[in-house]
Amino acid sequence: MTTTPTSPAAPTAERSPRRRPRRHADTERGFSRVFRWVTTSAGVLLLLVLAAVAVFLVERGWGALVASPADLHANGGLPKQYGNLLAFIGPLVFGTVLAAALALLLATPVAVGIALFVSHYAPRRIAGLVGFVIDLLAAIPSVVFGLWGTLTLSPVIAKLWAWIADVLSAILPGTVNATPTGRSLATTSLVLAIMILPIITAVSREVFKQTPRLHEEAALALGATRWEVVRTAVLPFGRSGVISAAMLGLGRALGETMAVLMILSPGLGYSFQIFDAGKHQTIAANIAANFPESAGLEVNTLIATGLALFVITLVVNMAARAIVARRKEFSGAN
Amino acid sequence: MDTPVKFSRISRAGSAVLVGALALTLAACGSDNNTGSDAGTATASASAPAANISGTFAGAGSSAQQKAIQAWTAAFQGQNPNATINYDPSGSGAGRDKFIAGGLAWAGSDAYMSTDEVTKSQTFCGTDGAIDIPVYISPIAIAYNLKGVKDLKISAENIAKIYTGKITTWNDPALAADNPGVTLPSTKITPVHRSDKSGTTHNFTDWMNKLAGDVWTNPGADAWPLQGGDSAQGTSGVAGVLSATDGSVAYLDDSGVTSDLETAKINVGSAWAAPSAEGAAAVVSASPLATGRGANDLAVDIDRKATADGDYPLVLVSYAIACQKYSDKATGDFVKAWLSYIVSADAQNAAAQAAGSAPLTGDLQSKAAAAAAAITAG
Repeated sequence: MTTTPTSPAAPTAERSPRRRPRRHADTERGFSRVFRWVTTSAGVLLLLVLAAVAVFLVERGWGALVASPADLHANGGLPKQYGNLLAFIGPLVFGTVLAAALALLLATPVAVGIALFVSHYAPRRIAGLVGFVIDLLAAIPSVVFGLWGTLTLSPVIAKLWAWIADVLSAILPGTVNATPTGRSLATTSLVLAIMILPIITAVSREVFKQTPRLHEEAALALGATRWEVVRTAVLPFGRSGVISAAMLGLGRALGETMAVLMILSPGLGYSFQIFDAGKHQTIAANIAANFPESAGLEVNTLIATGLALFVITLVVNMAARAIVARRKEFSGAN
Repeated sequence: MDTPVKFSRISRAGSAVLVGALALTLAACGSDNNTGSDAGTATASASAPAANISGTFAGAGSSAQQKAIQAWTAAFQGQNPNATINYDPSGSGAGRDKFIAGGLAWAGSDAYMSTDEVTKSQTFCGTDGAIDIPVYISPIAIAYNLKGVKDLKISAENIAKIYTGKITTWNDPALAADNPGVTLPSTKITPVHRSDKSGTTHNFTDWMNKLAGDVWTNPGADAWPLQGGDSAQGTSGVAGVLSATDGSVAYLDDSGVTSDLETAKINVGSAWAAPSAEGAAAVVSASPLATGRGANDLAVDIDRKATADGDYPLVLVSYAIACQKYSDKATGDFVKAWLSYIVSADAQNAAAQAAGSAPLTGDLQSKAAAAAAAITAG
């Protein structure tokens, strides 16, 4: 901001002290003021869009929320075995959360591993290559993952699931079933895990790179091994970042539609038979599957389930924020 | 010290343009509609509609009709170069909904309107309401993938038992009894159904219910009524799962059966029948019309128990839904000409070529032509 004395214009640009009180005006003139409007309206726009979605969901879902169970059974597409709308939404919520949670469970350790490899272990050239591939993975559209999952992965991995199910059946009380088509929640979660891997990896990598060199060098000076440096300096520093990354991934997994729609054989119920077909369904895939042939109150019912997904996403994100905020002070990030 | 440094070369006006451009980018995220005008298979010389139709007309609904409508659109627009027809295969329910709301010239639907929907249609169509005209008939096949086994016969009762889990292996005595001389393996049966709502599911479950009501107790419905079991989206999705899984069986639109799958014969009376266009058309033509509806409403209650020689009663009928009377003259003239064309023998044969459907025949075809001709405008 300061003009240098060497500037030819500087000597002639002496200003009277009268202008001093107008400092605020000085920083808010010309394009600066326009830019302020642009950023503010971008922020407001975001809130408006979110509000518009919420209003839409409530308004279009309202018909199903206030309808009597008898009406919902007759015209609202509510399956007979469910007494009311909540009983119908329950299994959908269960399926959505279970699929996303399994995906997160599978993806997070791998993503943290890749991120640590890129930031602390790999030679620079290889690190660049791995980072590039990970970013490329993020650019693959979900319909491609869906096609791959349903045409290639499901038939192949069905045999692995069948074997795992046999082993589990021997260990656990009761039988663990596996479908020969492989179109189960296990396959779906595996594909979801691959889909959210790049997000978690990319954010974790950036966080791990931010680890203060002093912390790492101090650990090394105390005689720590590479692993101990990672454990004592890098991971505690990056913990809240990794949690944020995982929550971003969870958000995508919760809302993923196309891949689930194409891979999973849907069914409603509370079941942990993750290798069997027709036991689970996610909210987003259920809407996509049934919307085209729905009419009238049936559409309201579907949108009411969409409202449930909206609420879940809000709750998950708020929970994530709470965790990150609570951990921050212990992480050494400040 | 306070020299006003010029940070930006973008003038105030320039930044306003920038803001405007941003707004435009956001507004440009409109959706484009599917058009059904890219078909090239139909070369049918249409029985030329008399009136020269011009304008843009929208239809929506059944995705089963899509291929046929592409063929019909190409031929119709050849006759009426000033007419543009857009068909959005968004699904039967969505099509009926949109039509009743007044957003379409006509709708395609795999199920005829409920009496409730006919009443609602009076808002848009006037007191005469809307009518259903059958335009597309397609046999539904029972397809399977079982290594080394061809020419299987599966009765309605057995397929119902397979879907309800009462028969679980291919060498079950009930299946063996219908297939003397065929060596059936002990492979586990994997029945696959449609995961999305579908007219195919509706007709298949209705057929099972009518012929094996003690095993399949649910009435016909678009959505698969049972919980559990493997499923996939759309005809192609189900065909894909069948191809990949040994021991699987499913119901499929006959035109969607891929070459690596086998088609089973079903029981028609005491005989066995493979899916055929002629058999399907014969059953629909001989079936009674639904009662208690308007004079020109040709809703067909398919006779699933038809047993005449060559009949194939596992069949889907898809309808065009139109107003009896249009207040807008251009739209009315178009719908009349369009529906008259698509129920004509030429158009039905074009659809049979393009989509593998069964052409409307006999009495039903002449009734459909009369119903289309009875549509009035203005």
